[in-house]
Amino acid sequence: MIFGIDVISTLLGGVAAGMVLFIVSVGLSVTMGLMGFVNLAHGGFAMIGGYLIVLAMNRLGMPFVAALAIGFVVVAAVSTIFERLLYSRLYRATELDQVLFTIGLVFMMIASVTLAVGPETQPLTLPTWLQGQINLGFISYRTYSIVLIAVGTVIMLGLWLGFERTRMGAQIRAAVDNRRMAESLGINITRLFTLVFAFGSGMAALGGGLGAEFLGLDPQYPLKYLVIFLIVVAVGGLGRITGVFYASLIIGVVDFALKKYLPQGGTVFIYGMTILLLLWRPQGLFGKST
Amino acid sequence: MIKRMLAATAALAITTAFAQAQEVKIGLVAPFTGIGAELGQQIDRGVQQFLKLNAGKIAPYKLTIIKRDDKNPSGADSKVAVQELLTQENVDALAGWIYSPNAIASAPVVSAGKKLAVIMNAGTAFITNLSPYYVRTSFSMWHAGFALGEAAAKQLKAKTAVVGYSDFPPGKDSLAAFKRAFEANGGQVIDEIPMGGPAQVPDFTPFFQRVKDKKPDLFFVFVPAGDHALAVVKTYGALGMKAAGIKLIGPGDITQDIKLQAMGDAAIGLITMHHYNADLDNPVNKALVASWKKDYGADATPDFVAIGAYDGMAAILHAVQATKGKMDPDAALAALKGWKYDSPRGPIAIDPETRDIIMNEYLVEVVKGADGKLHQKVLGKIDAVKDACKAQKIGPCAPK
Repeated sequence: MIFGIDVISTLLGGVAAGMVLFIVSVGLSVTMGLMGFVNLAHGGFAMIGGYLIVLAMNRLGMPFVAALAIGFVVVAAVSTIFERLLYSRLYRATELDQVLFTIGLVFMMIASVTLAVGPETQPLTLPTWLQGQINLGFISYRTYSIVLIAVGTVIMLGLWLGFERTRMGAQIRAAVDNRRMAESLGINITRLFTLVFAFGSGMAALGGGLGAEFLGLDPQYPLKYLVIFLIVVAVGGLGRITGVFYASLIIGVVDFALKKYLPQGGTVFIYGMTILLLLWRPQGLFGKST
Repeated sequence: MIKRMLAATAALAITTAFAQAQEVKIGLVAPFTGIGAELGQQIDRGVQQFLKLNAGKIAPYKLTIIKRDDKNPSGADSKVAVQELLTQENVDALAGWIYSPNAIASAPVVSAGKKLAVIMNAGTAFITNLSPYYVRTSFSMWHAGFALGEAAAKQLKAKTAVVGYSDFPPGKDSLAAFKRAFEANGGQVIDEIPMGGPAQVPDFTPFFQRVKDKKPDLFFVFVPAGDHALAVVKTYGALGMKAAGIKLIGPGDITQDIKLQAMGDAAIGLITMHHYNADLDNPVNKALVASWKKDYGADATPDFVAIGAYDGMAAILHAVQATKGKMDPDAALAALKGWKYDSPRGPIAIDPETRDIIMNEYLVEVVKGADGKLHQKVLGKIDAVKDACKAQKIGPCAPK
C-alpha cells in the first residue's frame, strides 16, 4: 500500500468518527456554556434518539432519513418537558446536586430502555445506497464514512451561520459570554435556554442514530461514551461551536491513528493527551480564558 | 411416653434428612445485567431448557437454581457473588461464568468452598488448573483456535494471517493457539492486533484498516461473542475487506447463532471452527431447537453459550444421581471424570486428567439458505478433540 493512501484512509476514518462526536457533543457544550449546567444525561438523549431511529426502521420499516427526522423531533420535544419539569428546578443548585440529578437520570434511562426493549444491541441496517464502498478517484472508501463527513460539514456550516448571523445566535453568544448583562438587556434567558436545550438534545438524538454504525446502540450507551463526550467539550471549550467542531475532529483523528498504528497502547493516549492539554490550557483549546 | 417422643423425634429426623437429600441447590453465576446480559440470558435459558426437556430423569431429586448477577468481566463482582452463594445460600454446587476473568478471580473461593463448580462458558485454557473443583462443559480457546490454525494452513491453503483479538485472557489464548498450529503447518502470522477490551465494544474501523493495509490471506479474529462479534462482521463488510480478498475466520464466537441474522450478507463466506451451531443435524439438537423456538419465539435460537449451560446441567444431574443427592465434592468429581454424554453438539466426555471437555470440532461456513436466512454449513468434522493447551502442556497450562 502506498504511504499516501494509507494516511488518507486514516484521515477519512478519523474525521468520520470525529463528525459523530461533534453532532452528539455540540448540544452539551452549548448548554453547559449557557447555563453552567452539568448535564451528564446528555448521552442518554443520544441513546433514546438512537433507539427511536433504529426501532422506527426495524419495526415500522421507516426509511433511514425519515427516521432520523422523527428521532430529532421527538427527542427535542421530550427533552423540553424534562427541561421544564426537572432541569429548571436545579439551575441555581450546586454543581454536586446537578451531577447527582443527571447521573440518576442516566441510570433511570438505562433501566427504562432495558425494560422496554431489552439488554441487547439494536442492529442498525443502513439503506443499500449507504453500504459498501465508494470510489473517490484516488481511493475507494466506506461510503457511509464519506456521507457522514459531508453531513457533519453541512451541520457545522448551518450551526455556524445560525450562531453568527441570526438574532437568536447573537443572543446565545451574548448569554454565554455574560449572562447577567444579557438578561439586563432584556433577553429572555429561560426561553432561550429551553430552546437551546431542546435543539441540543435533538442533535444528540441525530448523533445517536447517525453514529450507531460506529458506536453501537445498547442501554449502556450513555455511560460508555460519557467520558469521551466530556473530553470533547472540555478540549473544545464551553459554548463554542467551532471549538467543539475542531476538538471533535482532532480527537477523532488522533484516536483513530493511534489505534491503527499503536493498537497496543489502547485508550491510554487519548486520556494522556487530554490531561496534558488541559494542564496547558484549562479553558480548553478554543475556549476564552476567564 | 418417652419412647413415643423418641420415636417421633427419630421419624422427624429421618424425614428431614430425606427431604434434604431431595433438594440440591445450584448457584448460577452469570451476567444478568450490563453488557453481558444477553449472554446471561442464554445461560439461563440453556439451564431451563435442560430442566424442561429432562424433567422425567430428575426425580426424585429437585434441582433448585439460585441465580447471582456477576454484572461485568472485572472478576471482583463475580468473586463476591460466588462467596455469597457459598456462605449465605449454602449451595451444593456452583455453575455459570461467562467471562474468563470472573472464573479466574473466583477460583480461590471455589477451592476454599469445596463444592463442585461447573464452568459453562469461560474459555481460557488454564482456568481448570486453578481449582481442583472446576469441571468445564463449554470449551477451551485452544479447542477451536488450535484446530483452526491447522485447517487454515492445510484446508484453506493460506500462507499469511493477521490475528486481531480482544485484549484479555481468552483473546491472548486464542492468538497463541491459532499461531502455534498455523505456523507449525507452514503459515505465518504477520501482525497481532489487540482490539480493545471485553467490557465495551470498540469501533473496529482503525484496527481493520490496519489489517486491510497488510493484505494477509486470512484475518483471524477472537472477540467475545455477542455485540463484539456483530460489530466485527459489520465492519468487515463495510470496509470492503472481502472484496480485497481477505478472508475472515475465527472460533464460532464471531458467528454466534443469536447474532447471525443481524450480521446480514457481510457474514456470507465466513469460516469458523467451533463445537456447536444451531443448524447441527442431530436428533438431540433438533429437539432442543424446536423447544427453544416454541418457548422464546421463532427468532430465538440456542447458541454455544446455551449449550455450555445445557451440558453443564447434564453434568450436575449426573453428579447428583451418582452421589444420591449428597453432592459430596470428591465423589461428585470422581463421577464426572470420564463421564460421557450425548449432547446437542454431538458426543462429549469429561477428560479424567484435566476435568476439561472432549468434543467434536466442526469446520463451518456461513451460507445463505433457500429461506433467505443465514445458515452454518459443516465442511468438516474432527472427532474427540481435547484441549491442546493442556494436552501439550504449553505455558500456564502445564500442571504446577
